[in-house]
Amino acid sequence: MDYFQLMGFSADGWGHDMLRATGMTVAVAFIGFAVGLIFGCLGAAASFSNAHALRLAAAAYTTALRGIPDLLVIYLFYFGSSSVISGIAALFGSQGFVGAPAFLTGALAIGVVSGANQTQVLRGAVLALNKGEVEAGRAYGMGPLLLFRRIILPQAARYALPGVGNVWQLVMKESALISVIGLVELMRQAQVGAGSTRQPFSFYLTAAGLYLLITFASGQAFRLAEARTMRGLRRGI
Amino acid sequence: MPFDLTFLWQTFVSLLSGIPLALELAALSVATGSLLAFGLALMRVSRRWWLDLPARFYIFAFRGTPLLVQIYIIYYGLSQFPALRHSFLWPVFREAYWCALAALALNTAAYSAEIMRGGLLSVPAGQIEAARACGMARILLFRRIIVPQATRQMLPGYSNEVILMVKSTSLASTITIMEITGIAAKLISESYRPVEVFISAGAIYLSLNFIVARLFALLEWSLWPERRKNRLQSNIVEKKGELHA
Repeated sequence: MDYFQLMGFSADGWGHDMLRATGMTVAVAFIGFAVGLIFGCLGAAASFSNAHALRLAAAAYTTALRGIPDLLVIYLFYFGSSSVISGIAALFGSQGFVGAPAFLTGALAIGVVSGANQTQVLRGAVLALNKGEVEAGRAYGMGPLLLFRRIILPQAARYALPGVGNVWQLVMKESALISVIGLVELMRQAQVGAGSTRQPFSFYLTAAGLYLLITFASGQAFRLAEARTMRGLRRGI
Repeated sequence: MPFDLTFLWQTFVSLLSGIPLALELAALSVATGSLLAFGLALMRVSRRWWLDLPARFYIFAFRGTPLLVQIYIIYYGLSQFPALRHSFLWPVFREAYWCALAALALNTAAYSAEIMRGGLLSVPAGQIEAARACGMARILLFRRIIVPQATRQMLPGYSNEVILMVKSTSLASTITIMEITGIAAKLISESYRPVEVFISAGAIYLSLNFIVARLFALLEWSLWPERRKNRLQSNIVEKKGELHA
């Protein structure tokens, strides 16, 4: 069977499976990214807090998760939650290992990891704001919430966009690691195909091509979005 | 399951034995990867499209795909070709160690090339013109003016890349290599105690990366004599300012 038959959409082609797995990769990366955005917002907010303990916690969070391999975090989340679930199942008379849902734990793990990167990006964006604008907002009598909504958020979002785009690309690539806990995303599907047809090169190269397609397309999308948010802004360089 | 300090200590000790292999993988891949990256960076700044384009494509392909796919293509994928399996190269590509090393080196080369390109481009045009006006030939100009300045300019970015590589060696565990993460995964599946294993392994990676970061900071400090002097001067100026105020 030649390559195009192998990856084709006929009954014994793998085209459908690979495309479905690509969809799964995008889905798990998207959820992970969204979780990371939430953690990033919390982390950045904590890093600007007046409470010393909160600032310390934010610093510990970013240092630890940017220094520890993602694979270890994925293992922790998967086996950690599995042992909790197994413990609960044992109460109901089940014996042995009960696996946690791979999609949920995987997305949560890469979310927590990318949240550390996201914290740095969002922090940098807030620091890039013109201090005078915040002071002017206060001088107008804006409360902290109104100030955040009208002055900080619109501008920080603009500065953060390039960095957020980078984090998305990272999450996209990290999602391949979720294959180790058995979620059938692109990487895992390629493993399955490679195993059953004994054509590993064809499958892994196809997976690489599909990843490249996603990162390229989303890179272009972020570039367009960046151009749009920057419109009407005078550039120094 | 109660938190067990003895188990934590035992885990820590058995994970320590994975450090040499992890460091070896990181050091060798960074070393070979940086040579490759230097060539790629030169191709990118060469202003010749037939050099620039292949380098651009290489960087695009390796930065746009997960490292795990690259490792699998080399370790599992290449065995699909009987020609390679029967060639003299097979003893090399059969070994997980060499495959992991090759994938890590090829991967870091793509990222480092862009960092190096940024460093090369940061050298002010005026300095290069001045060196040319002094009659420096290309190689001498490169050695005396461009490389020293580009090197220290790119150090912060490059230190990030090296830290990423220390973390990336963990992926070698997916192709049976027993470095720190490989041992950790084995311990987790034997003991079902992911939290203790994670804490020990995490502490080891954090300390390794801390050491790498400090080493690069030291290197940067030793390569910027005028910055050290300036900092001293700016400190003095600040003190004076305080006195006046």
